[in-house]
Amino acid sequence: MPADFNWAIGGEAGDGIDSTGKIFARALSRAGRHVFTSKDFASRIRGGYTAYKVRTAIDQVESTVDRLDVLIALTQRTVDENIDELHEGSVIIYDGERTSMQDLEIPEGMIGMDIPLKSLAEDAGGAIMRNIVALGAACEVTEFPIEHLGSSLEKRFSDKGQSIVENNKTAADLGAEYVQDNYETESAEFEYELETTDEDYVLINGDEAIGMGAIAAGCRFYSGYPITPATDVMEYLTGRLERYGGHVVQAEDELSAINMALGAARAGARSMTATSGPGIDLMAETFGLVAQSETPLVICDVMRSGPSTGMPTKQEQGDLNMTLFGGHGEIPRFVVAPTTISECFWKTVEAFNLAEKYQTPVYLVSDLEMAVTEQTFPPEAFDMDDVEIDRGKIVDEDEVEEWLDDEGRFRAHADTEDGVSPRALPGTTDGAHMSTGLEHNELGRRTEDTDIRVEQVQKRQRKAETAEAEEDWSPREFGNADSDNLVVSWGSNEGTIVEAMDHLDEDDPDFQFLSVPYLFPRPDLTEAVEDAEQVVVVECNATGQFADVLEHDTLERVDRVNKYNGVGFKADELAAEITEVLQ
Amino acid sequence: MSSDVQFIDFKSDKQPTWCPGCGDFGTMNGMMKALANTGNDPDNTFVVAGIGCSGKIGTYMHSYALHGVHGRALPVGTGVKMANPDLEVMVAGGDGDGYSIGAGHFVHAVRRNVDMSYIVMDNRIYGLTKGQASPTSREDFETATTPEGPKQPPVNPLALALSAGGTFIAQSFASDSQRHTELVQEAIEHDGFGFVNVFSPCVTFNDTDTYDYFRDNLTDLAETDHDPNDFDEAKDRIMDPDGEYQGILYQDESSTPYHEAHGVTEDMTEIPDGAPENATDLVREFY
Repeated sequence: MPADFNWAIGGEAGDGIDSTGKIFARALSRAGRHVFTSKDFASRIRGGYTAYKVRTAIDQVESTVDRLDVLIALTQRTVDENIDELHEGSVIIYDGERTSMQDLEIPEGMIGMDIPLKSLAEDAGGAIMRNIVALGAACEVTEFPIEHLGSSLEKRFSDKGQSIVENNKTAADLGAEYVQDNYETESAEFEYELETTDEDYVLINGDEAIGMGAIAAGCRFYSGYPITPATDVMEYLTGRLERYGGHVVQAEDELSAINMALGAARAGARSMTATSGPGIDLMAETFGLVAQSETPLVICDVMRSGPSTGMPTKQEQGDLNMTLFGGHGEIPRFVVAPTTISECFWKTVEAFNLAEKYQTPVYLVSDLEMAVTEQTFPPEAFDMDDVEIDRGKIVDEDEVEEWLDDEGRFRAHADTEDGVSPRALPGTTDGAHMSTGLEHNELGRRTEDTDIRVEQVQKRQRKAETAEAEEDWSPREFGNADSDNLVVSWGSNEGTIVEAMDHLDEDDPDFQFLSVPYLFPRPDLTEAVEDAEQVVVVECNATGQFADVLEHDTLERVDRVNKYNGVGFKADELAAEITEVLQ
Repeated sequence: MSSDVQFIDFKSDKQPTWCPGCGDFGTMNGMMKALANTGNDPDNTFVVAGIGCSGKIGTYMHSYALHGVHGRALPVGTGVKMANPDLEVMVAGGDGDGYSIGAGHFVHAVRRNVDMSYIVMDNRIYGLTKGQASPTSREDFETATTPEGPKQPPVNPLALALSAGGTFIAQSFASDSQRHTELVQEAIEHDGFGFVNVFSPCVTFNDTDTYDYFRDNLTDLAETDHDPNDFDEAKDRIMDPDGEYQGILYQDESSTPYHEAHGVTEDMTEIPDGAPENATDLVREFY
């Protein structure tokens, strides 16, 4: 039996694929198993192929693989789409009573399990529960204790009333019983047996981790406009932020969203907006204002496939250039990109600290795969006691005095050694000042004086230099540090690359892997690149945006592995590609 | 708040670069007087402006202020007010800033009913870009970009506000200092979004909507039997194509401002040194 187990449900959007997948994922996590999920969905509300895949193991899992052990197929297309991932011994659960599924041909060596999902669901109280019948059947096939499924159903449906919970449990039982009565799951043919443990795990996706990080960091104001795949950040915060003394506004558009967030930040609240690529474009003008007025703001970009509307529900890491260079003029900014789902939490906390310490906008860059993927972690991965808050140079009434000019005016953009000026929150006596996107003097007033222009540009640039020296911008290191081969990546590819390392055979090249969570400022990789014979940069875009940046930084040419078909890397495929480039 | 604040305390030492005779001088003076008269001081006041002649106002006034990008002053004001409801938030704009590029934000700020005042200096022309048609320019108003007039009806900002659920809709004239100040004051004191469209003549580029024109054509609603609490009456005045009115067109005195409706009572500026006390509850939700 393999160390990990892979399960999927597929059908049409509107078939309840997502919630069924979540219920099963949560059942596994409640049973003390690690889980890693992935979604395949289309940009429509009903119809169109959609699937939810769950990989589970006793040890932590960091990526998906191209293998399916049990597949719940609600449509013929589900089987067609996944045929390459099915193998000898794979179980396909389907409802042969469904007209469209009557002619389903089960490929040789696989086990077709024809279960009257709809009829059994009706026996339990309603056809809508047919997916739950299938889940019950899957539990039986994998000898996974069905009470964990019951506990997950309880969590999912308890606010809809106990009778709904009971009906769903009955549906699951009927599915399990049907398999028991009609198939010999204890025979050698059925090789699955999902063990359980006593561990408590947190099952969370990247958007939720960002939202949770924001609350932990003391974010009080969030304004956003719904856009895939960033919307879950707003949905997570709505209602929860209010519990912690904050407020969420669904703005009329992205322009409004970032301007509201800017207003709240200037008033002194930790403030954030989140969007995806098209929204970042719309926000670009105000991004310049945020930087020029030296306002602390966290702007989260959950990337998807572009340009324009591109493929809104598909993966890409195409916005790096936009976040590094976007906006007119030259603008100091930080660009932070978490590399795992738990890092989404910590990097969000860090983004708020960086924003306030340096009074600079921070791009927090995530991507679709990280946003929609759910992964289990031990609760310690989100230890709230480790959250530190640094609000930077906020001055109170007494401290304001030090920063007044001869005429008693507050020098909000005072030219300091570290480039960071004092910050008087509105309401502070004698701190009144204007902020503007125009070039300004120390008082914040418009100027075209050439010397002051140079002084203020340098002051703002100096913040980045100070931060570069004071903060830790190290990459995360994996693999063999002595290897001649170096693989570099950023964002959500980390888990897949780590897994790909396990897939390499003895004869394949070994390598050191640096996963870079800071894109600006970023670690100086010159030495690592110079020491390596071969350098490969792995990223989900066509041109190799990070590879370009690395070449620029190190003046060395690097190789690239790029994927831009809308699907993230898979470990097996990546192992093969890295091997090919390095050999 | 100190009670001895004079309007002069809201004045910065920067001399305005507006054209001599510009209506914006009177508009701004009234804003400063209204702020002082309502017991505010520069340290508890936040003024937001966008781009254009109106956008310069933050420079000439003394308070906490933000001079933002074109058309987006209202969302900024919304964020400021939500983060700290104790601040007096005043947003200034022009007819281009508010009714063209920012028209969407205008409608939504009105319907949100955020407790702030919005003062629009409406001169029916683009001044700073040197004389193009604005959204409130007359249908036959000839400009460099509309040699035969815009050939489209002007935006009626009062109607936009009324239809979006406006709870305080007024109009004033920059040159009638006393009435203008009173109306801005009423807008500040209104619990909700206090909107004042100010006729603020452009003496350089608009020779139609002049001081004399408004002096001759403006009807002060205070001198009529207009009841600002009567929605239908307000609608009739606002939709009257031949009337130019000064005064409160409409007011809903039972209005509940956005932050109160959403239970935001305290400012959001103080946060603990670490994660909130019960933040671990957030993690437990995911078990």
